[in-house]
Amino acid sequence: MIACNKSIEGRTDNLSFLSPSNVDANAGSWKLILLSRPDSFLVAPPVATNTPGYIGELNEVKGLQQNLTSDQINNIKYWAAGAVLRWNETMRELVAKHNLAPYQNEDGTYPAPNSANPFNYPQFPFSNPCYAARAYAYVAAAQYDALVACWYYKALYNRPAPYKTDSMINANAKYIAKTDLPSYPSEDAVLAGVTAEMMKLFFPTEIAFVEQKAVDEKSGSLASGKNTRSDWTAGESLGRQIATVFAARGRTDKAGGAGGNPTIWAQMEQDCIAKGEVPWISQEVPKRPPQLPLFGKVKAFLFDSATLANEIRPGPPPSTSSQQFKDETAEVRYYTENVTRERMKIIDFWADGVATATPPGHWNDIAAQDFLGQNFSEVRWARNMALLNMAMMDAAISCWDAKYAYFNPRPSQVDPEIKTLTGLPNFPSYISGHSTFSAAAATILGHLIPSRATAYSSMAQEAEMSRLYAGIHYRSDIEVGYTVGQKVGNYAVQRATSDGAE
Amino acid sequence: MKKFVNNILAASMIATSIASAGPASAQTDMDAIMMNKKQFCQGLVYDYSSWDHYWEGTFKRDNENLGTVSSQMLMYMPNYGITNNLNVMASVPYAWTKASQGVLHGMKGFQDLSVFVKWRPLVKSFGKNQFSLFTIGGFTTPLSDYVIEFLPMSIGLGSTNLIGRGMIDYRRGNFTATGSAAYIWRSNVTLDKDAYYDTELHLTDEVQMPNQTLYQLRTGYRGKYLIAEALLTNMITHGGYDITKNNGQLYPNLRMNSTMVGANIKYTVKSYTNLSVVAGANYTIAGRNVGQSRAFNVGAFYVFYVGKKAKS
Repeated sequence: MIACNKSIEGRTDNLSFLSPSNVDANAGSWKLILLSRPDSFLVAPPVATNTPGYIGELNEVKGLQQNLTSDQINNIKYWAAGAVLRWNETMRELVAKHNLAPYQNEDGTYPAPNSANPFNYPQFPFSNPCYAARAYAYVAAAQYDALVACWYYKALYNRPAPYKTDSMINANAKYIAKTDLPSYPSEDAVLAGVTAEMMKLFFPTEIAFVEQKAVDEKSGSLASGKNTRSDWTAGESLGRQIATVFAARGRTDKAGGAGGNPTIWAQMEQDCIAKGEVPWISQEVPKRPPQLPLFGKVKAFLFDSATLANEIRPGPPPSTSSQQFKDETAEVRYYTENVTRERMKIIDFWADGVATATPPGHWNDIAAQDFLGQNFSEVRWARNMALLNMAMMDAAISCWDAKYAYFNPRPSQVDPEIKTLTGLPNFPSYISGHSTFSAAAATILGHLIPSRATAYSSMAQEAEMSRLYAGIHYRSDIEVGYTVGQKVGNYAVQRATSDGAE
Repeated sequence: MKKFVNNILAASMIATSIASAGPASAQTDMDAIMMNKKQFCQGLVYDYSSWDHYWEGTFKRDNENLGTVSSQMLMYMPNYGITNNLNVMASVPYAWTKASQGVLHGMKGFQDLSVFVKWRPLVKSFGKNQFSLFTIGGFTTPLSDYVIEFLPMSIGLGSTNLIGRGMIDYRRGNFTATGSAAYIWRSNVTLDKDAYYDTELHLTDEVQMPNQTLYQLRTGYRGKYLIAEALLTNMITHGGYDITKNNGQLYPNLRMNSTMVGANIKYTVKSYTNLSVVAGANYTIAGRNVGQSRAFNVGAFYVFYVGKKAKS
């Protein structure tokens, strides 16, 4: 238990390089998400490998491979473990960093982050679960389309990697997998370009940080012997162009107005009272406006608004005056008055509250840990991450739609004796976000890795129960949330079975 | 009998950190008082500490979602004189926390066992002036698997600590002054979460705990029946991170610094010298990532000889 060396190691600090069991050479024909064609953006043909220009590029790589420092080698290894993985981890880090609710003003109101002035306090964004789910989904979806386009051009131009062309580079390319995948345009560069460009929309205060990561990735990619400069340049440019399509959708998907305004907040409360129900009230002091009450209006990836209204939105929660509601409240109180260490562990493990990567980030982590054992190609990593994250963004939309349609109070509001064992989220209770996210994630992940399907559903069930144990959700919230999450997840499964990758 | 145990700084230090759990120290590991050979002393101390302001990094604020955060502790403290110059002592605390406002649930449980050995290698007199030198070594370790990631409601930080302390005591008549410096090595701790963000994302449940130093000056009156001292205590964490603005998810590796002033009184009952009562108070005057605690404690100790009283 007591060791003198206190340095800690993350579970992905020392991975071996990504070695795909199948390079998915035909992925250029996989179904795109937003692009209409894989060649919507032109990539010029590369020069032949026997031209002086290209031989010069090979010499640059040879130069970079001389006398690599341990830092440079570590950088190569870091990215060689998988660029989709590394950018996903970076996203999770940024979400956790920015997942902080604003501190109140002197007068008891709250300032809102402003994307037009992102560095002013409170910095933009506040990456709460909905914001995070949407950011993960856009970045993953953009990465996927960009890699499909990349694979299309790889097959079209078929220029071999430097380690295939040159024996000296091959001998020094010790830290990467060597495959038959053509290297033009570079998939690493596509990922760097598309991700860095998406950050301008999602994390504007982190552009410098992200661009530096892209520079590091480029250094590693060239020095590894995997790419030449023209592989990189073509890929990065392609990635950046494709990002603009996703960023344009992001600017018009109605997320910008999801915060609503005081008139809308009051109207939601009044609508709930008019139905004879007790409305949700913020239990923060000072009272904080409800979190993203119009997020249910955001444009989903996997279904349209009619499907949301007609097929996904659940029926109402038990009436606040019903016996069932009283019984469910009593059950919540039981758990908060009978705390066990075992349940606390579950509460903490799934808390995913402020300053964390959020529940969607947690499921990205779970997915990444399993994908690592699957030897997926980068394009398949991207596809699976896109499916997972589109499902979770659409789960957020479905869940928030229900939350604000019903405006149901939290257990601790109706019974002040209930004290919570995790932070109390500042939005209505029905349906549970954790349950919706987790069921959607478990459904699509169980499809992607069937051998883990049972494990995913037990994880999702544990995640949902953690919210009842913690005293912040009724049983109806989690059970209905789970059902809604499964429905959403099934839309992702439908897409997965028809995207050409299976 | 005057060489009696009365230090209950331990209890007040608990209140130093925002976690309501500072570097735990057992009775007398920070004072210059020794038990005689074969003397066994045991006591119960109750400590109440609370704060309604805290430092988020260096930003001092209150929080209406917490109101006043209080932690209470009941400690059993035995102490035994192996020789007149070598004592061994321990403390077993049970702690519970509460927030006066907001919805957060309090926590409770056995906190950290502490065991210390105190050695006085040197006593020198120069006329009326007497100097004593002490070295103290010990450890603290959690007695239960309490939750450490639910700060400030958690009852402790969960690390096992090794503590080494040097101390010098000056005495002239009933006037005393004591200075000590301690280094606290803290083991890493394990979260229930398997990923966390402090200043970067860590994909592990292990948290690297920064070490600490603890300085104390105490001075006052040390008579046969009454001891009254003023205390100045400074705790410094070497590393760790600052709470970011309005961040409610705190981890045990915070950079917790504090400066406290306080007072201790011990009174030995004249007509029945086996028994003594103690009381103390501490107030945090400066801090970083800790609550601005006010702590009060009261206790009673009973001392007797095990077997025959040693010749002294």
